[in-house]
Amino acid sequence: MNKLKVAWYWCASCGGCEESFVDLSEELVEFFESADLVFCPVATDFKKEDVERLPDASVDVALINGGIRLSEHEEMVKLLRRKSKIVVAYGTCSSWGGIPGLSNLYNKEEILRAKYLDPPSINNPTHAVPAERTRLTKLGANLELPAFLDSLLPLNAVIDVDYYIPGCPPTPEVFKNALKALISEKLPPKGSIIGASDKSLCDECPLNSTKPEKILLKELKRPHETIADAKKCLLTQGLLCLGPVTRGGCGALCIKAAMQCTGCFGPLDGIADYGGKAISFIGTIMDYSPAEEEELERAYSKIKDWVGVVYKYTLPASKLGGRVRREKTKRQEEAEIDE
Amino acid sequence: MNREWTPRIVAFVCNWCTYAAADLAGTSRMQQPDSVRIVRLMCSGRADPQFVLEAIANGADGVIVAGCHPPSDCHYQEGNYRAFRRFMLLRRVLESMGVEKERFRLEWISASEARKWVEVVRSMTEDLKRLGPLRRDEEGIKVE
Repeated sequence: MNKLKVAWYWCASCGGCEESFVDLSEELVEFFESADLVFCPVATDFKKEDVERLPDASVDVALINGGIRLSEHEEMVKLLRRKSKIVVAYGTCSSWGGIPGLSNLYNKEEILRAKYLDPPSINNPTHAVPAERTRLTKLGANLELPAFLDSLLPLNAVIDVDYYIPGCPPTPEVFKNALKALISEKLPPKGSIIGASDKSLCDECPLNSTKPEKILLKELKRPHETIADAKKCLLTQGLLCLGPVTRGGCGALCIKAAMQCTGCFGPLDGIADYGGKAISFIGTIMDYSPAEEEELERAYSKIKDWVGVVYKYTLPASKLGGRVRREKTKRQEEAEIDE
Repeated sequence: MNREWTPRIVAFVCNWCTYAAADLAGTSRMQQPDSVRIVRLMCSGRADPQFVLEAIANGADGVIVAGCHPPSDCHYQEGNYRAFRRFMLLRRVLESMGVEKERFRLEWISASEARKWVEVVRSMTEDLKRLGPLRRDEEGIKVE
């Protein structure tokens, strides 16, 4: 049997997804019995040229983790798309943007300012920010860096994606299931989420039996405000567990540690906008009538960053994609001049 | 050509109260701005926040969710309660994402309140004219 040729590339990534590969531990031996890594910058010393030299569609599976934040990422994933038969978005960032996707609440200038000019811990007298091209006058040379894109994009906004493996990061179990699906005779339909469950987290939650028929809350609690009872449905304790709208398959790891689900496995099938669905579900369990507007406002104001709660992992893939800005974009201004 | 800009409003209204009111406003030939596109739902409780987001993503400058008067007009007993709680949270999220409060309204309009419907449409159109179009920064952001 021919070995599966696998490429693994990282984009805007924290390293967790790569770590999850190592977490296969003993089973890595098995993995390498059936697969060869042809490109994997985190572990091996292949260069871009090596990938360019490969014939088109010669890589069986390309696993790509992290969101698209730099022109370099864009370039590399387009190259890998050309060279690969199957492209898999590995992990939540690649699938929907992930936590770094919350940066889409700000534009490029605001991010660079917050990172390089404003921090009190940075001494930057020349107001230097990374530029795509820097002229080094003494050396008479140009220094080039990849461009920082206007927003963070999920992988499928840049290239055609065949499958998605969810998780922040995916658990070894999920990864193994996904690999099994990829090497099976009959591949799942294109666009499928592989390795995880088709049901909500509640379905596999060990506390599900303690969940009452109807949950109604007067007050929401943040994790630091309470010591959660690890044997009782966290929602009934006022902790905003997003299990009901989140895909299962993680094995309820957070719940087992008395920590509410924050939604890293992303939306269930049929949910077009995870945050919208989360808002819908939260609205269902808040126990206030329209006559109690102020009281409800007070209950909601307990959580300081709602976007960060309902869109923690999916903002770039949401309907609005990020902040709806009122400033005119360059393109709009140009279009107006053309008119 | 200097035509005045009219905002685009999408209204999600319930079949039993607000839709009937809007219908009555029409058959009574009440004057109202042509800024509203109505989507009839069985209940304001069916107005999934995803619908509102979809409307904004597709170019709405404002969104109305309207249903039966609380506490007890709702055909489905508590649909309007749910609409209310979802609205309050969604408005918060939208505000953090740069959508002004005035662009998203929740109204209770009964089947006989055609006049109120017209008033809501009129005042919201005025508000949105003041605010101007909701411009989305579409550079690099894929809106499906």
